[in-house]
Amino acid sequence: MNEIWSILLGLGDKFAAHIVLSASAIGLGMLVALPLAVWASRSPTIARFALGFASLVQTIPALALLALFFPILLSLRVVFGEDLPTLGFLPALLALALYALLPILRNAVTAQANLDPGVLEAADGVGMTKWQKLALVEAPLSAPFVMAGIRTASVWTIGAATLATTIGQPSLGDPIFAGLQTQNWALVLAGCIASAGLALVVDALLGLVERGFANRNRWQYGAGIAVVALGVMGALAYQSGGDDDDTIIIASKQFSEQYILAQLIGSRLEAAGYSVEYRDGLGSAVVHSAVASSSIDISVDYTGTIWTNELERTDNPGREVMYDTIVEWERANTGVRVLGRLGFENAYAFAMREDRAAELGVTSLEQLVRFSPDLTVGGDPEFFERPEWIAVRDAYGMRFGETRNFSPTFMYNALRSGEADVISAYTSDGRIAADRLVVLEDPRGALPSYDAMLMMSPRIADDEGIARALQPLIGAISVDAMREANFAVDREGEGKLSPADAAADLAQKIGL
Amino acid sequence: MVNTLVTPSGGRVLFGGEDVTLLKQSQLRRRVGYVFQGIGLFPHFTVGENIAIGPRLAGEKLSANRIAELLALVELEPNIASRMPDALSGGQRQRVGVARALAGDPELLIMDEPFGALDPITRDALGNKVRELHEKLGLTTIMVTHDMAEALLLADRVLVMSHGDLVADHTPHELLAREGGEIAQGLVAVPRQQAERLAMMEKSGAQMSDQP
Repeated sequence: MNEIWSILLGLGDKFAAHIVLSASAIGLGMLVALPLAVWASRSPTIARFALGFASLVQTIPALALLALFFPILLSLRVVFGEDLPTLGFLPALLALALYALLPILRNAVTAQANLDPGVLEAADGVGMTKWQKLALVEAPLSAPFVMAGIRTASVWTIGAATLATTIGQPSLGDPIFAGLQTQNWALVLAGCIASAGLALVVDALLGLVERGFANRNRWQYGAGIAVVALGVMGALAYQSGGDDDDTIIIASKQFSEQYILAQLIGSRLEAAGYSVEYRDGLGSAVVHSAVASSSIDISVDYTGTIWTNELERTDNPGREVMYDTIVEWERANTGVRVLGRLGFENAYAFAMREDRAAELGVTSLEQLVRFSPDLTVGGDPEFFERPEWIAVRDAYGMRFGETRNFSPTFMYNALRSGEADVISAYTSDGRIAADRLVVLEDPRGALPSYDAMLMMSPRIADDEGIARALQPLIGAISVDAMREANFAVDREGEGKLSPADAAADLAQKIGL
Repeated sequence: MVNTLVTPSGGRVLFGGEDVTLLKQSQLRRRVGYVFQGIGLFPHFTVGENIAIGPRLAGEKLSANRIAELLALVELEPNIASRMPDALSGGQRQRVGVARALAGDPELLIMDEPFGALDPITRDALGNKVRELHEKLGLTTIMVTHDMAEALLLADRVLVMSHGDLVADHTPHELLAREGGEIAQGLVAVPRQQAERLAMMEKSGAQMSDQP
């Protein structure tokens, strides 16, 4: 409990960012939805179209909607120039505002449709102009219902804003995602408590405003609006406190190794006098584009990932050729500087429980093929879409009975509990040794190599100070050292470390 | 149609010699008091605010005295001005509706089945009240009703419409003297027969009570 408290107290900046993001999204949603609702109440065609569109948006999972804005904004750079942000606040704002549209719009349209026709006739009868009718009659009579819609939208938005973490916008999702990956439940709980608490408080305040409108009590709605406005201004003031253009932004994807390496890189840079900021839990797919567009400055990526996703190659020319080709390709095409390889590989590999492998008498993928129709394979959410899986499937003719997606952490639990027979493990994962898993050999070389590389965005590519500070990490991290650090974070119970502590241990181990 | 809530599909409506479709809509409506069955008091305004809305739209503020005066015209207490419409009875609401229609000193009062939803006693009393105000304030009043008795008792001139056509235009006396054609007489026959039957019942009742 004390731990959760201390985490909660340290969440100030995430909390402020969360409030500013949610408030902006709801504000933008209202700005679009309310005039649209007025228009819709005058034209059934517009009403059908607007409500249809808002409902359609609602069917897109929030996580996907957030991710979709990255390519949309990227393509809009043609119009708005290269300075248009593609990650962080802008896409999060747009996606959440779209999400907030439906409840506001639907309630406003319904409220308008249900106004007493006698009252509307009277408004015309006494000689109101269209605007007077809207301002004096329609708006005040619809206000409580519209407010109920805004209330619903606010609770949704505050909840969904936690997902903004995945596109590089700091929010209360940061501790949730970091905690889920590192199995630090206090962190997850703290993030959930903070965002749920915020949603409850906002709901209560907006409920006060709604009742104020319904009872035509100026004090009630005035007080509600005032407190909400003060909260948003406070968050804005808090946020604008520590902004700095020279800050180096370090990205991490959604697994422990990335959190540890980000901390390791961050501590090196801080020791060299740079100020750093972390963007934890980015979706794997957006990290490369984020570095290439200088939305973030430093990431650790893997040769196999870049090879298939960015160079769109499916061949496997061998480890060295692959690396050299990537360095040259990045320099020529994106301006990203590959500082070097950290020394270990984090490749995809198929792993099984020792007893299960022995039972089937399997040590390689080749031998696994004939059992595969009776087996369940588990992979991380992107694995079965990745060319690596397709390469393995085609090279060996693998046909698993069932495929299931797990977050990386739960994948190992699934193997342990027997919910999966084989998983797509990562070779630097500490749990391979800890769970005594058998890594199946790949005699046909279908799986490419995954050397960890340090990537620098075009913005800082020429900064030799940064390069010098990070140079000692190049070639310094063995796969054993990485496994040990990863396991220290992933394990449960005794000896579990935070990514920062594991990074400090790792630094010591490699002699820094 | 006179206050352009409905647009004529043909012909013209002249108001003070001017074609209503050429007048500015909101200004035209402020010169016409409008009372209708739905009453349409604004539920979020007090009775006083409801009465004062027409002048307010024209940019003038109605004094509390004037509101009390208008309430007195329709026989309501001045303290009712601060109440909300939902605290009033149906009859009181319609009286407020009439007061609101009179607040802008209209040149014309249009009443579209104004008493349709009221009980017969309230209806009769309000009808008489409106006729009284009509005389007292020197108004021009157009009232639409389905009740021929109401029309005959309140109006100076009765126009009968059937399927969108004007089929009769007479004074109540002329109608009672069997003028105006078949349709109009069909309508006049209803209250007349009712009255005759009531008179018969009264007579026979009196005879019965005469029996020892």
